[in-house]
Amino acid sequence: MTDTLTPVLTANWDQPDSFTLAGYSRTGGYKALPKALAMEPDDVIAAVKASVLRGRGGAGFPTGMKWSFIPQNDGKPHYLTVNADESEPGTCKDVPLMMANPHVLIEGIIITCYAIRASHAFIYVRGEVLHAIRRLHLAVAEAYEAGYLGKDILGSGFNLELVVHAGAGAYICGEETALLTSLEGYRGLPRNRPPFPAVEGLYASPTVINNVESIASVPSIIGNGADWFSGLGTEKSNGYGIFSLSGHVKTPGQYEAPLGITLRELIDLAGGMLRPGHEIKFWTPGGSSTPLLTREHLDVPLDFEGVGAAGSMLGTRALQIFDDTTCVLRAALRWTEFYQHESCGKCTPCREGSYWMVRTIERLEAGTGTEEDLETILDVGDNIIGRAFCALGDAVPVPISSAIKYFRDEIIQHQKNGGCPFDPAASTAWAV
Amino acid sequence: MPFSEETLTRLKADAAEITARYPRARSALLPLLYLVQAEEGYVSDEGMAFCAEVLGITQTEVRGVASFYTMYKHEPAAEYQVGVCINTTCAIMGGDQIWSELAEHLGGDPDNDGHHDIKSPDGKVAIERVECNAACDYAPVVMVNWEFFDNQTPQTAKKLVDDLRAGEHVTPTRGPSRLCTWKQASRILAGFGDGQAAEGPSAGPASLVGLKLAKERGWQAPPAQEAQSS
Repeated sequence: MTDTLTPVLTANWDQPDSFTLAGYSRTGGYKALPKALAMEPDDVIAAVKASVLRGRGGAGFPTGMKWSFIPQNDGKPHYLTVNADESEPGTCKDVPLMMANPHVLIEGIIITCYAIRASHAFIYVRGEVLHAIRRLHLAVAEAYEAGYLGKDILGSGFNLELVVHAGAGAYICGEETALLTSLEGYRGLPRNRPPFPAVEGLYASPTVINNVESIASVPSIIGNGADWFSGLGTEKSNGYGIFSLSGHVKTPGQYEAPLGITLRELIDLAGGMLRPGHEIKFWTPGGSSTPLLTREHLDVPLDFEGVGAAGSMLGTRALQIFDDTTCVLRAALRWTEFYQHESCGKCTPCREGSYWMVRTIERLEAGTGTEEDLETILDVGDNIIGRAFCALGDAVPVPISSAIKYFRDEIIQHQKNGGCPFDPAASTAWAV
Repeated sequence: MPFSEETLTRLKADAAEITARYPRARSALLPLLYLVQAEEGYVSDEGMAFCAEVLGITQTEVRGVASFYTMYKHEPAAEYQVGVCINTTCAIMGGDQIWSELAEHLGGDPDNDGHHDIKSPDGKVAIERVECNAACDYAPVVMVNWEFFDNQTPQTAKKLVDDLRAGEHVTPTRGPSRLCTWKQASRILAGFGDGQAAEGPSAGPASLVGLKLAKERGWQAPPAQEAQSS
C-alpha cells in the first residue's frame, strides 16, 4: 500500500541548501544522469513512454510519446523548451520547485535533451518571479562548472547549452506555440497547427515543449525505473504529482501525492476548512481553465479520468477552494476579466467574446441583469469554444458556464435582490 | 535623452553577451528590452532605437514587441513597483481590500480601473494591479519589484509602502535579504545575476506543509526495488 503523501520532487525542500548543487547531490541528485547517458537515447524515450508519465502542465499528453514524435536523422537541430511560464490562476507548484530544487529540473533537461538529440535547451520562465530566476541562473552556472552542461558531458560526447530566458508578462506565452513565437523575439501570438512543434517548432526545427514538473519527474523515472513510477497512482494516471491547495483551508500549500488522491483527503491533511461552521462551496481541480466543482465532488479521484468523468479536467492540480462566504459570480467575473486582459487579440471569438462576456457578467453581479443574460452568456461561450485560435479562448467561458451549471439560483437571486447578497469582507483571510 | 558614449559602450558589450546566448539574434529582443529598462527605469524611444540597431530591425518592430508585454514600462517607473494580486483567490482572500486601502493611502482613486499605476507624490512607490503570480498558497500576495511579500493584510501592505517611501530596509518573504530597485530587477531579467541567489529560504512555510506532514507521519515514496518487484 502506497503512503498517502509521497514526496519526491519536494523531498529536499526543507534543506537550507536544497537549491545548490551540493545540496541536491547530497540527497541523491545527479545519480540518474550517468545512468541515462549509458543508455541508448531511444531506450531513454522508451523508459519514459513505459512509465506513462503524462504532461504535468495541464493537458496530460504522454510525455514519452511527445518525445517520440521528434524526427531523427533529419539533419536539423532539435530543441527542448521548458514551459516555466506558470501563470494559470491557482497554479503555484513550478515556481516553488524552481526556487527550492532547480537542479532536479536541470538534470531532467539534460536527460531529455540526450534522448531527443537536442544540443540547445531553454527554460522559458515567467518574468514576475525574480528569486526563482536568480536560483535558476545560479543552478545553471553550477551545472556548467560541474561539467553537467557544456561540451562532452561526463565524457559521453554529448553537448548541451542551456539558457534561462525570462518572459515579460503575458499569460498567453504559456500556450506552447505562443511561447515559441515569444522566444523567437516576437509578440507572443499562438500559431496554427499543424505543423506541430515536434516537426516545426523553434526556428522551424523539431522542438519538444514540456512543463517544469514533467521534466523534473524524468530523473526519478530513469533513476528508479519506469515500473516504479507506473506503480504509483491509478490505472491510467500513473505516478505522483504536486497538489497545490489555496483559498479557504487551514494550511494551504504544496502536497505531493500519487495521482488519484481526493480533495476530501487533501482538505483533511490541510487541517480542514479555514473557518468553523463554513463549508466548501466550489473549487477548481486544476486552475481557472478547469470547470468548477462543488461539495458533491469531494470524493472524485484526482486523476485524469476521475476529474474528466466529473465534468472537469485535472489540469495543473491547482485546487482553489472557496467556502460558502464566497460569491460564485464574483469569482467567475474575476477569472473572465483575467482572460479578457490576457487575450492576445489575434482571433475574434476570444478577443470580442471575452470582452462581451465580462460586460454581461458585470451586469449580473450588480443585480441589473436578466435571466436571459444567462442564455446569452452560454450562447456566446458556445461560439468561442472550438472557434478560437488556441486553448486560451476555449477557457474563457469555463468559469461562468460552470458557475451557471451549479449555482443558477444564486445568480438569479442577485437579480431579484438588485445586488450581490454576499459581503466580501466575510471571505477574507482575516475574517472571523 | 540620448545615451552618452560611455553608456552606449557599456550597453553594447552587454548586448553582445545577450545575443551570444541564442542561436538566432532576434531571440535576444526580450532580454535587450530589459537591458534598456534597467538603464532608464522604462523602455524609452532611445532604448528601443538601441535594440533595433543591435538586431538590425526597425524601431517599429521593436515597439510592436515592447507594447505587447506588460512588464515593460513606457514611462518612468517608480523605484519600487508594488503589485497587488487581484486575481480571484488573492482578491477573495483580501487582495481587493488591500488594493482599495493602499490606493486611498497613496491618495489615489480606490476605484481606479487598474489601467494606470498610482504613484506616491514623491515618485518613489507606485502601486498596480497584477494578475496571478503563482503564489496562491500565500494569498493575499503583494509583489514589490517582482519579489514575494506573502500573506499580506491591509495593515502590513500600508506599512510596506510607508517603509519603502521612508527608505527603510525591507525584506521579501521569499527572496534576498535586501530588496533591489526596479532598475536592478530589470537587469536580472536581462540575464545578469546580482549574486543574491543564495539568500533567503529554500522554500516558504506553505511550500513545505506536505513534506512536513509526510515526515511527521513517516510517509514517503516507495523505494525503487520494492515497486519493481511487485
